[in-house]
Amino acid sequence: MKFSLLQQSYMNRRSGSFRGASAPLDSSTDNTIKSPAAIFWLVLHGLCCLISLLLGFRFSRLVFFFLFSTSTTTTLYVTAPFRPLTETTAISSPLTNSVNDLPVRIPVINKTVSSSSRVVVGRHGIRIRPWPHPNPSEVMKAHQIIETVQREQRVQFGVKSPRTLIVVTPTYVRTFQTLHLTGVMHSLMLLPYDVVWIVVEAGGVTNETASIIAKSGVKTRHIGFNQKMPNSWEGRHRLETKMRLRALRVVREEKMDGIVMFADDSNMHSMELFDEIQNVKWFGAVSVGIIAHSGVEENLPNPAMPVQGPACNASNKLVGWHTFNSLPYEGKSAVYIDDRATVLPRKLEWAGFVLNSRLLWKEAEDKPEWVKDFDLVGENIESPLALLKDPFMVEPLGSCGRQVLLWWLRVEARADSKFPPGWIIDPPLEITVPSKRTPWPDAPPELPSSEKITINQEQTVKRSSKTRSPRSKRRSKRKHEAKLVETQVSARRSEQN
Amino acid sequence: MRTCLWVFVVVLVFGLGDGKRAEQRVRTERISGSAGDVLEDDPVGRLKVYVYELPSKYNKKLLQKDPRCLTHMFAAEIFMHRFLLSSPVRTLNPDEADWFYTPIYPTCDLTPMGLPLPFKSPRMMRSAIQLISSNWPYWNRTEGADHFFVVPHDFGACFHYQEEKAVERGILPLLQRATLVQTFGQRNHARQIPLDNPRSIFVYFRGLFYDVNNDPEGGYYARGARAAVWENFKNNPLFDISTDHPKTYYEDMQRAIFCLCPLGWAPWSPRLVEAVVFGCIPVIIADDIVLPFADAIPWEEIGVFVAEEDVPNLDTILTSIPPEVILRKQRLLANPSMKRAMLFPQPAQPGDAFHQILNGLARKLPHDRTVYLKPGQNILNWTAGPVGDLKPW
Repeated sequence: MKFSLLQQSYMNRRSGSFRGASAPLDSSTDNTIKSPAAIFWLVLHGLCCLISLLLGFRFSRLVFFFLFSTSTTTTLYVTAPFRPLTETTAISSPLTNSVNDLPVRIPVINKTVSSSSRVVVGRHGIRIRPWPHPNPSEVMKAHQIIETVQREQRVQFGVKSPRTLIVVTPTYVRTFQTLHLTGVMHSLMLLPYDVVWIVVEAGGVTNETASIIAKSGVKTRHIGFNQKMPNSWEGRHRLETKMRLRALRVVREEKMDGIVMFADDSNMHSMELFDEIQNVKWFGAVSVGIIAHSGVEENLPNPAMPVQGPACNASNKLVGWHTFNSLPYEGKSAVYIDDRATVLPRKLEWAGFVLNSRLLWKEAEDKPEWVKDFDLVGENIESPLALLKDPFMVEPLGSCGRQVLLWWLRVEARADSKFPPGWIIDPPLEITVPSKRTPWPDAPPELPSSEKITINQEQTVKRSSKTRSPRSKRRSKRKHEAKLVETQVSARRSEQN
Repeated sequence: MRTCLWVFVVVLVFGLGDGKRAEQRVRTERISGSAGDVLEDDPVGRLKVYVYELPSKYNKKLLQKDPRCLTHMFAAEIFMHRFLLSSPVRTLNPDEADWFYTPIYPTCDLTPMGLPLPFKSPRMMRSAIQLISSNWPYWNRTEGADHFFVVPHDFGACFHYQEEKAVERGILPLLQRATLVQTFGQRNHARQIPLDNPRSIFVYFRGLFYDVNNDPEGGYYARGARAAVWENFKNNPLFDISTDHPKTYYEDMQRAIFCLCPLGWAPWSPRLVEAVVFGCIPVIIADDIVLPFADAIPWEEIGVFVAEEDVPNLDTILTSIPPEVILRKQRLLANPSMKRAMLFPQPAQPGDAFHQILNGLARKLPHDRTVYLKPGQNILNWTAGPVGDLKPW
């Protein structure tokens, strides 16, 4: 009876893996002889359990082995548990307690089983090295390995012969221009392909825009368009179309070779988009997610994000287009650029189309016949589909339009919003009002009035240097000044504290 | 007492219906020389296997009693039997057979939790051998040296799940001249998921480090190696190791460069197969392990072997491998014949694990002259072994 209990206890404890126990109580279950020794060990086991109950941890049964080892125990194979300690490794056990320190001193009782295997059965130490942190040069090597592997992967799985990307972006100077243009610029900087970025600016070439795109590191063409951007969305869409056509004319005249895509400055592009459009042959379309931001909370019938793009049937052939349904917004959409109402996209946005630049050339060898000549296309076209005689020759990309690869968004500041040119505050602001709820102590202790003014100025310069620190690489002189100021301020602060 | 060698002839897995890759532009490399060609050998015509007719209490009745045997980790023994029954290498004439197979399912004795109990297996095996030796003359002719048995389970034909006890018992004395195929297989394991994500994880591992139920103090489980991995590298950002069971386990393996395959209670692990199938370089931390088809596949060129005592220096070892070597290993792993050799597809396909087992058996032919015993010569001791094993089954 006791025997089956023991068996049962083993069954219960074996939840998923097996135990390499070395306890003397591990009487084999096929040993049916109940020797007095077995009963003795059972009693000892019970005693052990009681003691563990009292003390709250499990005794290692090796304690008992150590104290009471007899020759009748045939099931033992505990051997040389620990390798000798060396200076470079330390041995520790996570759940160690004072009793378990005893096994360290157990002498070798039985020899290792066979001489051919150097594997030792039994309890081993857990080797932990004394300095746990990774070596930084090894971390660098690991990253280089990862880079090498990824490069190899790209060679194998990526595009075989990548073509140059010609990116057309219409823009104009406004408060949010830096925000939007930097986003597009960063996306382009990450690409492993050659990029020619044609930036067409309404209102002529300005230093503002030029300074932003100069940081891109890609080849840029900055073209000025001598019309000011109107204040209405309708006017803006029309002007942007003209600007894009202007850029396409440059592509045509200079016979640029590559894939033309339209990256509006406030859109967000995913990296997969650029990989996918390398697959285009002549004219392709991708699905664009429309984020029609509504300033006012409305209950729209369909809360899902609308998607514009090619529509395919079951055999992956282009059958039509998903366009933006503007009916729910009838009369409630934004008219002026700074309206708080929803800004609506066109039926089909330019951003969702890509074309092979050879379509625009005067003569190209295998230019298909379903493309109109660029000179014959007017200026008031809605979407690049007007360049084609047969819109059904468009190639749907991104698994036939099922993948949304970019998002359309229009967010602009109020018409009266002002921003410091180049986002540099120069000269330092003259009148400042300390805010009431800053986390740092507002006013330093009372000082003579002249010093107070300079402190205020330095505080604001410090704050502005913080805001422009990510972009202040070019302004090294100012950085030095800011640094000096900062150290002065911090010195003063430390004195105060 | 003979040591129980971890003869690890095959490590396998069921793959169900691979998804076909659209374009195989993967750069693969063939293992040059005899090793690589071995995987493409066709065993048909090179050997003949005779399958004994055992009463159904050894095989079918066990299955009927517990159909879980078809889907648990050691179901390979059943599927190997089915494969042999319909394979062209099977012969119905025992006189011309090179190898003899005994269709017995020793691991089909499952607990309510689904774990196999090996306690009755020695007796079952012994009674089967008594049956074949008395009904056919082929066992006595060679005392089993041209017979092979499929013995999946942690420690194979030692028939015990605890390492020390298994070592102490040794291989069943009656099987000491026979060839043992130790393998395991699992259904729905390593389903093929086509994915081209860039490999961004440096080292990946999911599994237990401490077995708190059976070995709370540590030191027994995995001989302390898994615990050492955890303690040394749990804070290292290059090592993505944890005890999670994520749903994206296979996808994560495809995003990793190295996959750790440390020993557990036994040195083999399904991780090796998963790593090979998903192209992740296996880092094998198990002293004295014998890997599948070790006579044919040059595992040192495919995986990385780390001694258990070198585990604290694992990051140094892995980062000091030159990138060209890593790329070469990945190319070797991308070879489709390597992946095929690791899997037990249903139905069997050429080049798969079933065929590799037969290839391995064919490589052991022709039998040595000493295999055949002179009349009256007896090598095996029929009464050896623990007393409990001698009871009839």
